[in-house]
Amino acid sequence: MMTETTTAAPVSQARAFYRSQVFRRQMILAALVVALFFSLCVDLALGPARYSLGEVIAALLTPQNVSQQARVILWEIRMPVALMALVVGASLSVAGAQMQTILSNPLASPFTLGISAGASFGAALGLAFGVAIVPAAIEFVVPLNAFIMAMFTAFLIHALSLKRGVTVETIVLLGIAMVFIFNSLMALIQFFASQEAVSAVVFWTMGSLTKATWPKFWIALGILAAVMPLLARHGWALTAMRLGDAKAESMGVKPRALRLEVLVLVSLLAAVAVAFVGTIGFIGLVGPHIARILLGEDQRFFLPGSALCGALILSVGSVISKIIIPGTIIPIGIITSLVGIPFFLFLVLNHKKASW
Amino acid sequence: MVTLQLTRVSARYGRRAILEDITTPSFQGGQVVALLGPNAAGKSTLFRRILGLIKGDGNVAINGTSAERPVAYMPQDTGAKAVLTVYESVLLARMQGRSLKVQPEDLAQVDRALEELNITSLGERDIGDLSGGQRQLVSAAQALVQEPEILMLDEPTSALDLNRQINLLTVLRRLADERQMLILVALHDLGHALRFTDASMVLENGRLIACGPTEEVITPELLRQVYKVAARIEPCSKGRPQLIVEEAV
Repeated sequence: MMTETTTAAPVSQARAFYRSQVFRRQMILAALVVALFFSLCVDLALGPARYSLGEVIAALLTPQNVSQQARVILWEIRMPVALMALVVGASLSVAGAQMQTILSNPLASPFTLGISAGASFGAALGLAFGVAIVPAAIEFVVPLNAFIMAMFTAFLIHALSLKRGVTVETIVLLGIAMVFIFNSLMALIQFFASQEAVSAVVFWTMGSLTKATWPKFWIALGILAAVMPLLARHGWALTAMRLGDAKAESMGVKPRALRLEVLVLVSLLAAVAVAFVGTIGFIGLVGPHIARILLGEDQRFFLPGSALCGALILSVGSVISKIIIPGTIIPIGIITSLVGIPFFLFLVLNHKKASW
Repeated sequence: MVTLQLTRVSARYGRRAILEDITTPSFQGGQVVALLGPNAAGKSTLFRRILGLIKGDGNVAINGTSAERPVAYMPQDTGAKAVLTVYESVLLARMQGRSLKVQPEDLAQVDRALEELNITSLGERDIGDLSGGQRQLVSAAQALVQEPEILMLDEPTSALDLNRQINLLTVLRRLADERQMLILVALHDLGHALRFTDASMVLENGRLIACGPTEEVITPELLRQVYKVAARIEPCSKGRPQLIVEEAV
């Protein structure tokens, strides 16, 4: 027996602490779900026609008992937008969380890896010159362009990352390079495009949930629902990745293969989200950091936590975008950065422990 | 009982050969085997080769085991930071390849590994806040919690004070004796090797230049040739062989 017993606690104490930690995290996740539901209801209630929370909940639970007008406004007009906020927020946040995890970089997100910039470029091609990268129904030309360019960027980064000697640091550097390349191409498009086209491009890059429709929502939800279990399956391995490749390998994880698979999955998540609603800043960066502060990095809690935090931020952002100037919906991308970043800084600066 | 035997094992990074033609007798459960050699002799590479993390010619034969992953490996300290407690990080090592649901048995094994290394009191600490020596003990717990039949540790005592070095090696000795584990441990302290291990393998420039019972392997000639020191080995007053280093040559 070793002799360092001066501060040794009984065995059960460490386990008791672990159990209390698990319980606390389950409570936090539950609280996030409640907050999310509340935020969703407020989001539905707000708009040119205002409803009380009671009316919203009544319309949600028993749609047949509310007026035709309320049913149409709440279910047909506001619901897809409000739900899209949740799905897009969750998608971007999960994408950012796993990029940070597998690249061991707190700055990794769909934006810093150039995936959003690629999407913006694709969208701008469609908006400014009517270019469809693949033929599609008019409603889907812009999102499809954005999606294809986002995935193209992701695969380019994957392909380059497979080269010998490319480290995770290099991958982040490649992403930053992509951002600058696409930003230049965007500037070029705006230089040559008409005045109206430039406004359309600028508005698109601000990000807006008002483009949401039921079919788009179902597609985004379908992708999220398909990717989440695939990520959860690697929960233990992903958590181990944060200990470094050597340590993860010693535990039986295959870091390169895992990194590739997860990059493909989260690129898909981010590409779909950005394609449908435009560039919504910082959720992919901030959502995971908030989840990490609240829940730690055990993926059993961190993964759902990231999804919930991202969804909540965007839903609250949607609410704020409606109430800041009554009657005007400010593009959500502006709000998330303006409101999200100070809140994020407050959390980081007030958190006593290391949060990365 | 688990056995490990290497036959003409080699490994290379690109074109550079790191290990060449390593053949050992069959080591078996209950033995503590020291892996000795100067820096960059290929000790870590040999561990990684045995674990299958790198490929190469030759054969690594692990027999007499029913475990899916019979070998656990503690790599050299890398000092990683993550927002995890010590308890979580040990549980994490236990749960790799298992379902997301943690069973009471898994927690019991974490308790046992922490207790074995007497670091239960560290359980609630964040791994980022640990000292180098504490990290090393946690790392050993991460290997132990996997309930391996073969345990490989890469310089597990390098950051430990003398008390903890002796304690850790005593624990390893006991694990071999009581649980019939086969333990391979890379060491720089030949005195520890003489005291705690049954057999030693000596690597130099990727070649196995000596292998056998530790007391027969560690000789003044070997010390001069491999470690470039003039040294004597003499019994102490209790009759144990002691290493006395005169000078570097």
